[in-house]
Amino acid sequence: MAGTPLASQTVGPFFSIGLHPFLRRDLFGGNASSEHVTVRGRVLDGDRQPVPDAVLEIWQPGEVNARATGPDGYPVGFGRVATNDHGEFEFSLNKPVQSESDGVTHAPHVAVLIFMRGLLRHLVTRMYFPDEAANALDPVLQLVPEDRRITLIAKSAEEPGAVVWDIHLQSDHETVFFDF
Amino acid sequence: MNLPTFRKVPSGTQPEYLHPPYKSSLKRAPTRPLIALPATFSERTGPVFGHAAVQAGDSDLTALHEAPPAGERIVVTGRVLDEDTRPVRGALVELWQANAAGRYKHKNDQHNAPLDPHFDGYGRAITDQQGRYKFLTIKPGAYPWTNHHNAWRPAHIHFSLFGAGLLSRLVTQMYFPGDPLLDHDPIYNCVGDENAKRRLISSFDWESTTPEFALGYRFDIVLRGREVTPMEK
Repeated sequence: MAGTPLASQTVGPFFSIGLHPFLRRDLFGGNASSEHVTVRGRVLDGDRQPVPDAVLEIWQPGEVNARATGPDGYPVGFGRVATNDHGEFEFSLNKPVQSESDGVTHAPHVAVLIFMRGLLRHLVTRMYFPDEAANALDPVLQLVPEDRRITLIAKSAEEPGAVVWDIHLQSDHETVFFDF
Repeated sequence: MNLPTFRKVPSGTQPEYLHPPYKSSLKRAPTRPLIALPATFSERTGPVFGHAAVQAGDSDLTALHEAPPAGERIVVTGRVLDEDTRPVRGALVELWQANAAGRYKHKNDQHNAPLDPHFDGYGRAITDQQGRYKFLTIKPGAYPWTNHHNAWRPAHIHFSLFGAGLLSRLVTQMYFPGDPLLDHDPIYNCVGDENAKRRLISSFDWESTTPEFALGYRFDIVLRGREVTPMEK
């Protein structure tokens, strides 16, 4: 069947060779707003050990409405970050706003793809923001069992303008991942 | 609430997250049920790289140094299509690979094979109006890994692609025809459907084979498309 999507294969341990040119921590394409947020977190495996070789891709479609790509051809609203030796990652974005589409209200969120050695297919998840009334209305969060929604909502950091969001690949705190 | 969903991928044509023969999946594959994701605006859209992201020469992995890399020069071409066999135009293709001796230019690659000072092992391209891409590189070598006793990865090239929307995103590996290591590789064999597995193997291609210069391999890639269907209740 020519129309079947090609199978995924793992990104492997050496992805930085090919993916480093387009690593980018800032999703706002140089136009940071006053509501700009830094997201920090760690990726942890089934032994709660940090994953030093993960790469995250973050997609914030709302930013596209202003400008599709920067002068360097890099898409605004997109970021790609790798974890460090301690499994830590960090990215920054202009805080998304509540939006309406398909006749429903969506809470502010970003879509996140996760790639690493050991994952034959990437993981798909989302990050929402703390203390958002719209989280209670969001149609995707409502598909998630209530006791697991907390894994998709970042926590406020001690310093203003930052949130913390850890990704647990396994365990009782396992982050919610989506079937796509 | 009735959100659209993407067309499902046929059963067995994508790997499961947990694949015990591939040891690294044991502590990294999710263990709790996945939640079916509707196709909201966040999934129907996706990053699109502009032409400025790729410069002339980015698709030639053999011309980055004063001398050419060691190894068998090859041309790798193919088309990127969606599920309805429409060309995916302007799609970013990123690629990386080991050198001809089976060694990656990466600090964590400890394989005792020579690095090649004339080979960095990565490139990128943007597909044309017909969805075509073309790279000039060298054939990567097989290399050992520690997954099991006497484990060897078949020669492969890593591919990363962006399509029409976020869920079209694909990272995969291209293999070479006739490689005896394929039958023994847990990564290649993670796909249950035989035809789906075979599509990961490029085909030798006379059309792109260049006289007195390089053998050609063809690797066509189908990405998930834009199509959405009303959500099943």
